[in-house]
Amino acid sequence: MPKLPALSGLTRWRVLLLLLSLLTLLPLAVIIPAVFSPDPAIWSHLVDYLLPQLFLNSAYLMLGVGCGVLLIGVSLAWLVAVYDFPGRRFFNWALMLPLAMPAYVMGFSQLGLFDYTGPLQSWLRASWGDSSWVPSIRSTPGVILVLTLAFYPYVYLLARNAFATQGRRALEVGQSLGLSRVQGFWRVALPMARPWIMGGLMLALMETLADFGTVSIFNYDAFTSAIYKAWFSFFSLDTAKQLASMLVLIVFVLVVLEQRARGRRAYTQSGRAAPLHRLPLQGGAAALAVLFASLVLLLAFVLPFGQIVWWSYQSLEAELNGDLLSYSLHSVVLSALAALLVCAVALLLSYAQRRAPSRVNQMLARLATMGYAVPGTVLAVGIFVPVAWLDNVLLGLFSSVLPQGTTAILKGSLLVLLLAYLARFLAVGHTSVDAAMHRITRSQEEAARNLGWFGWRLVTRLHLPLLRGGLMTALLMVFVDVMKEMPITLMTRPFGWDTLAVRIFTLTTEGEWERAALPAVAIVLAGLLPVILLSKEEN
Amino acid sequence: MLMMGAVLASLSTWSLAEELVVYGARGEQLVKPLFDAYQKETGVNIRYVMDKEGPLMERLKAEGSNSPADILLTVDAGNLWQASQMGLLKPYASKTIDANVPAHLRDPKKEWTGLSIRARTIFYNTQKVKPGQLSSYEDLADPKWKGKLCLRTSKKVYNQSLVAMMLAENGKVATEKTIKGWVNNLATDVFPDDTKMLEAIAAGQCDVGIANTYYYGRLMEKSPNLPLGIFWANQKARGTHVNISGAGLTRYTKKEQAATRLLEWLSSDKAQNMFADVNMEFPVNPKVKPDAKVAAWGPFKQNVINVSNAGSRQTEAVMLMDRAGYR
Amino acid sequence: MSALLEFSAVSHAYGARRVIDSMSFSLQDGEIGCLLGGSGCGKTTVLRCIAGFETLGEGEIRLSGRVLADAAMAVPAHQREIGMVFQDYALFPHLTVEDNIGFGLSALARSERKSRVAAMLALVGLVSYAKNYPHELSGGQQQRVALARALATRPRLLLLDEPFSNLDVDLRERLSREVRDILKHEGVSAILVTHDQHEAFAVADKVGVMQGGALLQWATPYQLYHEPVSRYVANFIGQGVLVPGKVSGPRCLTLEVGEFCGLLPLGFAGGDTVDVLLRPDDVVHDDASEQTAVVVDKVFRGADFHYTLALPSGQHVLAQVGSHHNHAIGESIGIRLELDHLIAFKRE
Repeated sequence: MPKLPALSGLTRWRVLLLLLSLLTLLPLAVIIPAVFSPDPAIWSHLVDYLLPQLFLNSAYLMLGVGCGVLLIGVSLAWLVAVYDFPGRRFFNWALMLPLAMPAYVMGFSQLGLFDYTGPLQSWLRASWGDSSWVPSIRSTPGVILVLTLAFYPYVYLLARNAFATQGRRALEVGQSLGLSRVQGFWRVALPMARPWIMGGLMLALMETLADFGTVSIFNYDAFTSAIYKAWFSFFSLDTAKQLASMLVLIVFVLVVLEQRARGRRAYTQSGRAAPLHRLPLQGGAAALAVLFASLVLLLAFVLPFGQIVWWSYQSLEAELNGDLLSYSLHSVVLSALAALLVCAVALLLSYAQRRAPSRVNQMLARLATMGYAVPGTVLAVGIFVPVAWLDNVLLGLFSSVLPQGTTAILKGSLLVLLLAYLARFLAVGHTSVDAAMHRITRSQEEAARNLGWFGWRLVTRLHLPLLRGGLMTALLMVFVDVMKEMPITLMTRPFGWDTLAVRIFTLTTEGEWERAALPAVAIVLAGLLPVILLSKEEN
Repeated sequence: MLMMGAVLASLSTWSLAEELVVYGARGEQLVKPLFDAYQKETGVNIRYVMDKEGPLMERLKAEGSNSPADILLTVDAGNLWQASQMGLLKPYASKTIDANVPAHLRDPKKEWTGLSIRARTIFYNTQKVKPGQLSSYEDLADPKWKGKLCLRTSKKVYNQSLVAMMLAENGKVATEKTIKGWVNNLATDVFPDDTKMLEAIAAGQCDVGIANTYYYGRLMEKSPNLPLGIFWANQKARGTHVNISGAGLTRYTKKEQAATRLLEWLSSDKAQNMFADVNMEFPVNPKVKPDAKVAAWGPFKQNVINVSNAGSRQTEAVMLMDRAGYR
Repeated sequence: MSALLEFSAVSHAYGARRVIDSMSFSLQDGEIGCLLGGSGCGKTTVLRCIAGFETLGEGEIRLSGRVLADAAMAVPAHQREIGMVFQDYALFPHLTVEDNIGFGLSALARSERKSRVAAMLALVGLVSYAKNYPHELSGGQQQRVALARALATRPRLLLLDEPFSNLDVDLRERLSREVRDILKHEGVSAILVTHDQHEAFAVADKVGVMQGGALLQWATPYQLYHEPVSRYVANFIGQGVLVPGKVSGPRCLTLEVGEFCGLLPLGFAGGDTVDVLLRPDDVVHDDASEQTAVVVDKVFRGADFHYTLALPSGQHVLAQVGSHHNHAIGESIGIRLELDHLIAFKRE
């Protein structure tokens, strides 16, 4: 990022950055100190029997999912951004859809479809008498495939955004220097889209690392398995916190390494971003493009969605009632509020980083987004504990003025729930907004300041319009992520604010996956809303 | 704005006269009808806050004396034992509960009591296995079942409780041998849930497995023609392993009497059928007959070792399973 | 000498809007050409057609005799060996200066690439900035990197799209001479597009004036200035005023200030009324002359004055006068016309 000249208000930004970071760092502050009180018995058991294999498993998972989401996300983004083929406009938005489906729901329905007892293998056995040659979906490649299909939209969305804002100029330069379009992709478009692609990749990897729901459906022992085992089986939340801290450390190191590798490089476009002139694909190439996009869409969305639609049809009677409407309403309201809050803070954070771009501040901003790397349930405790503590202090202080029997002030309030979402999802909003912020050039900013714009006016008249694409993407991603969020909602929701995800939890906890299908369908449908809005916005 | 709303929302709670707050891990759809019935009968309103046991306990711990919760409800004994260990519960003083619930299904210190029985037993493919070939959990470790056994993951508390009980009765060495035998006999990787495992037995992927009875009931209700049979395990020994869904008073409840009355009511003849039948479980109250569909599985002998062993030996059990390679 | 580039009867349209209308010109090997015109005249589109970023509607483009593009086919841009310097430089922000310059040289061996980059850095005088990133350079330096990057691959033709428009005037003049020297030094043929006549004259051997998608005239700067083929070109190039006159002979015209005869036939019938182009340097201040005019306005330009003068009829003309002749507004001064090139357009 270009360094801006020192400004008088610099400290103001530094303070803002510090405050925002502290807010989201609070849960981590509850989690991390546990590292100083390890339980030797549990740790020696973990080290002897679990951790080596779990580390390896998680490494496979990260490697596999990382490569998978890059391959699928980037290639699809490139395809719809640069080429024209039948159905391109449809695929352009439809390929975002898997984002709206909770990964655990996708995992369960994929398992339902492809496991030994599923329709595919049952049909094979009925027709040929044997299905044992079909590779098991309950395997490392199976989990990698499912997580890749669930998380590739992060990369797809951000990379598409990058390719679209890159414009054709960079590619033309490549061509004028003798690069074909394909070479131009590798040598120009891809390196220039790096902040976006790496951002999407980091989101996908953080979700993969923090995921418990999906891997447990496949009984895949990832690092999170140890966290939950320590807490729920060994009743040692401290050990769980210690393990979660390791997770945060790993992610933080990854983020810092990527930041280092970027060095002084800038990613601002030096000129106008003329819209890309799409190259029409013909014949075989067009057919291949359609086939590839269709296959991804089929596996990542159509099949699992079809499966849960079929299940919900079967449980319609039990689940279709007024409650569903209220769950949906709660989900949409919470997601919308959270998306606005998260994106507003992401904007502030990113802007503050820009105005006060010291190394310490960069670190602070990075740390502030680490909540995404912590397994949800552990983070939920990290959020609840300080709030409950504050409540206890306040209740003690004001016991004389408060009505008798008051047990909560902040606990169970909408405010705390929204702040909890902020701590969890700031990374999602920040990635997209910050990448877009990189595209605003120093001279654009200087020109605007030259015209006498500053402060809020500068932000609303220069940054917001230029960040529009990035902000919309961020809003969409946070919205659907909050829709799907479970553990934090469970622990900090105000009484009566049951959401669709909470409903899915209450049903699946008793193994009633079929009945949970209808709220899952509702989540997907609600997630469609912003997807459609975003694609309208683009056209 | 939000802040004010929050304060108002929380202040408004005090005015409700008769209200109890239950923190629970049992599916809301299973307990809602009971609470509705209780309100109709007594006028007491019940607020149900659902989450996993772990987070609920952390919540109680963090809230301390300002917790609004009066009762903690779980779906296994192990977590109630743990809550008691963490000092989150308070002993009940009720002869009624003691009378309604057999001793092995409640806490010796009276900090919690079972409210329904969840039996975990053996299921088999009726086309491949004759009931006469089956006997006990331990028998499934015999090499004759090599490649024929299906199990659910050891991460589920039901299996942890089962192994904890085996530890209590058979000791460490014998139990470890059994678990290793199980692992050797596995036909396929362990399953994420009981239903999937039962379906695999029915589909012929394996011959036998261990599951909770209500999953079997639910599955058979949906597809009655599955070649799936239930076998009461260890009838010639100490009996079939049972766990409980149960509850206890929270340490800082301010409505001890009202909360105790609710527990008494839940263990009473009136409520027991409702509590168990909705999920095809067994009532804890011996005076109450199980649902007709459940009764059709035939009578069985319960293992009467106290269910609190599930909690006290859980860590040991899980470590043992880890050592034996039971994932 | 055969033409390097032949641009023949090319038309191009964006949808229904025709941007280039059956336009032709050719460029000789080693020549620097320039397309000059206001914004929207189609000059950049011509460049993009040559580069291969746009397809042709009609016509043909040849490079060294080989067809690059016609209505039916187009050699892909990256196979044309035509370099381009973009108006916004379009440097890769994530690459250092040397990596930017070496970008198109991936086919070369490592050592060869290194020496070529070094030579280019030396050529544009940026040796000490090799490791910097583009955003750390000034505008003029960025411009030179863009030029070096395009030249590094030894293109057969270099296209420059408004290369100096982002620079301040001072730098623009210096750099445009510098660029010409570099191009000539490297023996590279080039086409430049600009709206600035000074830039065109400073750099180019041949200049084409464009308007509304058509090429009005393709000639040397000298010809353009002194022999414009149309009123538009006459107005667009240089300064001057059109004054009314009458054709008084095959090579002669009568103006308010007297009769003038040129060297070439004018191609008008006797007695036709015409407009005659008077450049400021055609009007010479001469105290001895009986013909006077009144100073209406004056601009001091350092080396000379630009006077706006009113003839007795009230007709204004411009005069370029040495800086020693400082006259006040309202003063009457003697003038004389020195018309070597008679440029006249038929009265409309």
